Amino acid sequence: MSVELVGLAVLMFAVTYPTRAVGLLAPGMERMPKLALAYLQLVGPAILTAIAAVSVMVRTDDTGATSFYIGVEWLAVAACLAIVAWRRNLFLGLIVAVAIVVVARAVGLSALPPS
Amino acid sequence: MTEPSVSPALPDPTAVPTADDATVVDESRRRLLTESLGIAASAIGFGFVYGLSARDAGFSPIEAMAMSTFVFAGAAQFAAVGYIASGLPWPAIVLLTALLNGRHLLYSAALAPWLRHVPFVRRAVMAHLLTDEAFALSIGHFRRIGRTDERGYWIAAVGATFIPWNLATFAGVTLGGQIPDPNSFGIDVIFPAAMIGLAVGLITGRRELAAAIVGAGVGVAVALLTSPTVGIIAGGLVGPAVGLLIPARVAHETAPLGSPASADRYSMPGRTRWRSGQEPPTEPGAQPDRPAPAEPEEDR
Repeated sequence: MSVELVGLAVLMFAVTYPTRAVGLLAPGMERMPKLALAYLQLVGPAILTAIAAVSVMVRTDDTGATSFYIGVEWLAVAACLAIVAWRRNLFLGLIVAVAIVVVARAVGLSALPPS
Repeated sequence: MTEPSVSPALPDPTAVPTADDATVVDESRRRLLTESLGIAASAIGFGFVYGLSARDAGFSPIEAMAMSTFVFAGAAQFAAVGYIASGLPWPAIVLLTALLNGRHLLYSAALAPWLRHVPFVRRAVMAHLLTDEAFALSIGHFRRIGRTDERGYWIAAVGATFIPWNLATFAGVTLGGQIPDPNSFGIDVIFPAAMIGLAVGLITGRRELAAAIVGAGVGVAVALLTSPTVGIIAGGLVGPAVGLLIPARVAHETAPLGSPASADRYSMPGRTRWRSGQEPPTEPGAQPDRPAPAEPEEDR
């Protein structure tokens, strides 16, 4: 059984870990100015919505080119957002989102995402 | 590993949690567990598809598992499968991995004020387990309770993500095509839906709302012009900057962290979270000129 790519995995770890660790391990992070701390408090909402929006609105083809995508996934994510905002229940929101996509694909309104 | 502590985050790290505090933490943990179910389902689906992709690209089970264990970053792992299949040299793959995972810098910095009292070695382990999902689940949990809860982080990082991801990778790379594509069950929509749902929980005022909207808009615009990775990082950087432009006096923080309003906002009814006259803990970076927290409310 090949283990050649284990070395690559270790190298990928070596460049990934610092991005995860620098904020948590660097000394003095707790002495940041208030403005910096206030900024960091807003990173969560900003980056999570960016991830969600990019995930459902942007598609990348085999050549790496990006394009704007409109699909039933928008509706599913919007439904989840509405349910969480209304009921504060993420799990219910996820179930509804999945149900919308499954039904849409079953009746041919939406295709499977490219793998 | 010693028992993870529930330590107050700010401003007084030596304060002893009260019975009410413990109740709030327990309720928030239950909510965290429920949210983790959805995240775990997503991790299982994507992990399985990753395992399938790795198998198709010629990875052995050991190699695929090494990626999931050491790298533990879904986007980078999927990209690596494509790079390997296309014959890209290792140095280029490593460089692209570093760029792809750059957003973790933001997560790490944002969590730093919450985890500053956790012992160094445990923080070092936490860092390896820091993913989109772990960040989203744990920051929401910390903000609900207005303090650090180390156990909550482990639930999010290990229980909801690391274990499901690795088990699913193993299943995908060993079982191959014997199991239907999870995307046919709508698994692919769980991740973006979970991210937006968890973001909703972090929006407690106009600043957060502005940061969220701008982050999404900038993210999509930049992603279309460059790549999804760059777009997400740009959204994460620009959104907060725009949010800070909203003056504190009009930010309308409706649910200061750790306050009864915050607890109610996050659907933990049935308790009086903060006793009358007791000051709620402030968040890291709390603005002194924000409106005063609402008076404690009775059970709903």
